[in-house]
Amino acid sequence: MTLCLLTICLVCSGLLAGVYALTAEPIAAAAAAKNEAAIMEVLPETAVKVEEERTVEFEGATYAYNLAYDEAGNTVGCAINVAPVGFGGPISIKVGFDINGVIWNTKVLSQAETPGLGAKCVEPSFSDQFKGFDPAAKRLSVKKDGGDVDAITASTITSRAYASGVALAAKVFHAIAGTPMLLDTTTGASNSDWQEDAEGKSGQSESTTK
Amino acid sequence: MGKFQLITKGLIKENPTFVLLLGMCPTLATTTSAINGMSMGLATLFVLVLSNMAISLIAPVIPDKVRIPSYIVVIATFVTLLQFVMQAYVPDIYETLGLFIPLIVVNCIVLGRAEAFANKNGVLDSALDGLGIGLGFTCSLTLLGVVREILGSGSVFGFKFIAGDGILAFVLAPGAFLALAYLIVIFRKLTTKKAE
Repeated sequence: MTLCLLTICLVCSGLLAGVYALTAEPIAAAAAAKNEAAIMEVLPETAVKVEEERTVEFEGATYAYNLAYDEAGNTVGCAINVAPVGFGGPISIKVGFDINGVIWNTKVLSQAETPGLGAKCVEPSFSDQFKGFDPAAKRLSVKKDGGDVDAITASTITSRAYASGVALAAKVFHAIAGTPMLLDTTTGASNSDWQEDAEGKSGQSESTTK
Repeated sequence: MGKFQLITKGLIKENPTFVLLLGMCPTLATTTSAINGMSMGLATLFVLVLSNMAISLIAPVIPDKVRIPSYIVVIATFVTLLQFVMQAYVPDIYETLGLFIPLIVVNCIVLGRAEAFANKNGVLDSALDGLGIGLGFTCSLTLLGVVREILGSGSVFGFKFIAGDGILAFVLAPGAFLALAYLIVIFRKLTTKKAE
């Protein structure tokens, strides 16, 4: 009896080990391809090469990000992963910035929001408003909270989470770029000083990141 | 019972979803759209055919006392194989079906066929039985998915035919119960008439 069960288990685990060995590579490749496609989608078209994933510590949490370069080897942007908590769990978002800290595009990697309501955050009608959004000039919170983000109808929780995630990514971007934290999403404090500062420093960060 | 009947009985007379009411958990959860329902059905079909064949082969040598654990190990092996393969080659479908792929292990249809059919019959008959029941499950899930997608999102297999949204409730859990209940009523009505 024991022998019988033992044999079955042994044969099964052998079989699984074999298939795992065969599929491990395609699985990793599929995941990597998906990640790279998502990075390319949120960064300027001039980006041709994506650097390996790095992490940054920000306010006690760790965030993964990728830098991308153009053909000449200049940094063109940075894609940061954030996962704010929405209505149905974390919404995993990749936020792409150009070197000036302006959002190029955002993409939802995974979400479990209510279909037909919060799940609309993946649709261009909502997410396209973040294209070219300058966190220095506009406020990354929903209009109900005094910001500049149009919420999805009847899905304020999802919209708030999305906006706060993007705002967090903007803060992380500045932590990466080494520019001072002058961006305050709650008060919307932003000024031209920051712009100058960012330009001055981003040139610096470029040379250090290379 | 002829070989052909082994396949067709799963579609109508012993349809797992509408007649036996087995495997309700994945049925209700994955049929938010036609394509999801169909993928879930096909995944179960694959496991069902392979596990039925394997179990009909090993059943004579398995002592009665460890019957169920042995079947579960065999079924779990095929499910995990399927999981690896799907993850590698169709990662998008794998992500949508998510948790429900590993849950095929405890799907009562698969274990039910092993207990009720495969351990008493030959390899070929068991494979055909798995194919029949699997097809029945796939068709039912696709049908349910189509109904829910038409009513809930106004599209079929992702092709939209009306602008805007449908009746949202049909994509959510309550719609699953409603649509399933009405489909069972219609199915019963049609099949009992035939019998008379």
